[in-house]
Amino acid sequence: MSDLFHVSSSPHVRSKDTSSRIMLYVVLALLPAAGFGVYNFGYRALVLILVTVATCVASEWAFEKIVHKKSAINDFSAVVTGLLLALNLPATLPWWEAVIGGVFAIVIVKMMFGGLGQNFMNPALGARCFLLIAFAADMTNFVIDEYTGATPLAAMRAGESVNTFDMLIGKTAGTIGETSVIAIVIGAIFLILMGVIDLRIPGTYIITFVLFILLFSGHGFDWNYITAQLCGGGLMLGAFFMATDYVTSPITPKGKLLFGVCLGILTGLFRMFGANAEGVSFAIILSNLFVPMIEKITIPKAFGQVKEGK
Amino acid sequence: MNKNMERLSNGLIKENPTFVLMLGMCPTLAVTTAAMNGLGMGLSTTLVLVFSNLLISLFRKIIPDGVRMPAFIVIVASLVTVVEFLMKAYTPDLAVQLGVYIPLIVVNCIILGRAESYASKNPVVPSIFDGIGMGLGFTLGLTCIGIIREILGAGQIFGVQILSLDWFTPITIFVMAPGAFLVLAFLVAIMNIVREKMDAKGKPLAAPSGCLTGDCAHCGQSAMCTGKKAE
Repeated sequence: MSDLFHVSSSPHVRSKDTSSRIMLYVVLALLPAAGFGVYNFGYRALVLILVTVATCVASEWAFEKIVHKKSAINDFSAVVTGLLLALNLPATLPWWEAVIGGVFAIVIVKMMFGGLGQNFMNPALGARCFLLIAFAADMTNFVIDEYTGATPLAAMRAGESVNTFDMLIGKTAGTIGETSVIAIVIGAIFLILMGVIDLRIPGTYIITFVLFILLFSGHGFDWNYITAQLCGGGLMLGAFFMATDYVTSPITPKGKLLFGVCLGILTGLFRMFGANAEGVSFAIILSNLFVPMIEKITIPKAFGQVKEGK
Repeated sequence: MNKNMERLSNGLIKENPTFVLMLGMCPTLAVTTAAMNGLGMGLSTTLVLVFSNLLISLFRKIIPDGVRMPAFIVIVASLVTVVEFLMKAYTPDLAVQLGVYIPLIVVNCIILGRAESYASKNPVVPSIFDGIGMGLGFTLGLTCIGIIREILGAGQIFGVQILSLDWFTPITIFVMAPGAFLVLAFLVAIMNIVREKMDAKGKPLAAPSGCLTGDCAHCGQSAMCTGKKAE
């Protein structure tokens, strides 16, 4: 009988969601993309995924041991970071560079700032950008079917035509997890159905990006070009899995929309006018830095609150 | 330990300008892409610092209090001009490497900081030793950062290849701007850990040694001072 009377102060959370459950869903949602990466790029992709996941978990464990913090590796967030990092690496990357990336993601981007919930930047993307600057040649060495190929975005930049259907399936050069749009969308639909992510950030991100390239790409309304830009590079992976990271995205509903707009504009700027063909990862980590300001200006009105007049 | 030696070790360790006082961060981050650049920058700053401390200490009773800043700047700028010409004459390669950061020594806060907080209030000889200590501390800091960045970013120390490029892939980010911040942050963190350990052992590294002004509100070092007067 006494079970019926739980007395506690608000907020009364009834959801079964815990950090580890959400992280587990994200891992499940990433499996199609990871599986396709292994199918597409062979055993090296699998080795790289295992190496980064192991490195991330091990470095989180070791860091918490060294600073005498309670171990939090059970929440699976290090697994998600490792998996996301691996999906953002080319399959040809030497394994020890992936290890450096994993350590950087966990120790420097995440744990140094206080661990899960405190990091100001997506750890996987922070590490990807670190590796991109540190090992520029290895990080852009994309090999598919035994020969080096340009990524679809680089090919488009060079003025070549690309096969959008191949990009949808994923039989193109690129990082392990970014090539197959179908696999990513399957994972994203799973996350949306489970209520882990909502469409505000990815939706506004993609719409803003499309508007941006309509206006500034110089291609006008070219259906092929737009779909290829959407399917190419890390846009889909970034929009659904990394821009929606709870820790580094705004929590206010309006803030999410603003964040998506920021991402779309920055990605467009980097892709159209930047030095590289790809700019999703830099756009996301830069927008991560805006998040505190975005949250500050988009605090929702409390129920019943009267706007202060003059 | 006599006062001069105390000043030396103070600048080198206790109040190391790079790792403890966090002064002169601009050259610290910008020129330490290689050990040689760090050493060159450190030594040229040391030279300016010693002579500026000497001159400012000599003139400390003549310079009116109201215009002391312009007066210090004139002295420091003259010295920097001398050093710049000397470097262009005798170490032209280094002068090219350091570029605009040599003239910018004028506004290095270590030099004005020492002039303001020490040389303008103390006799000549301790001021000289203070300059040497602070200068060498700065040189030590810059050279440490330079060595680490050069090893990681190019596999070299002072231009000598020590890590063979056959198996070592240079981590180029360390010779770029982000690497400077990373290396500095780690060295400061290590320094703080050492200080905490020493404090815990009862041998504080940054003891309230030689209170400079007796005026805690305007000391500028009150953050480190453990012997602060109650206000």
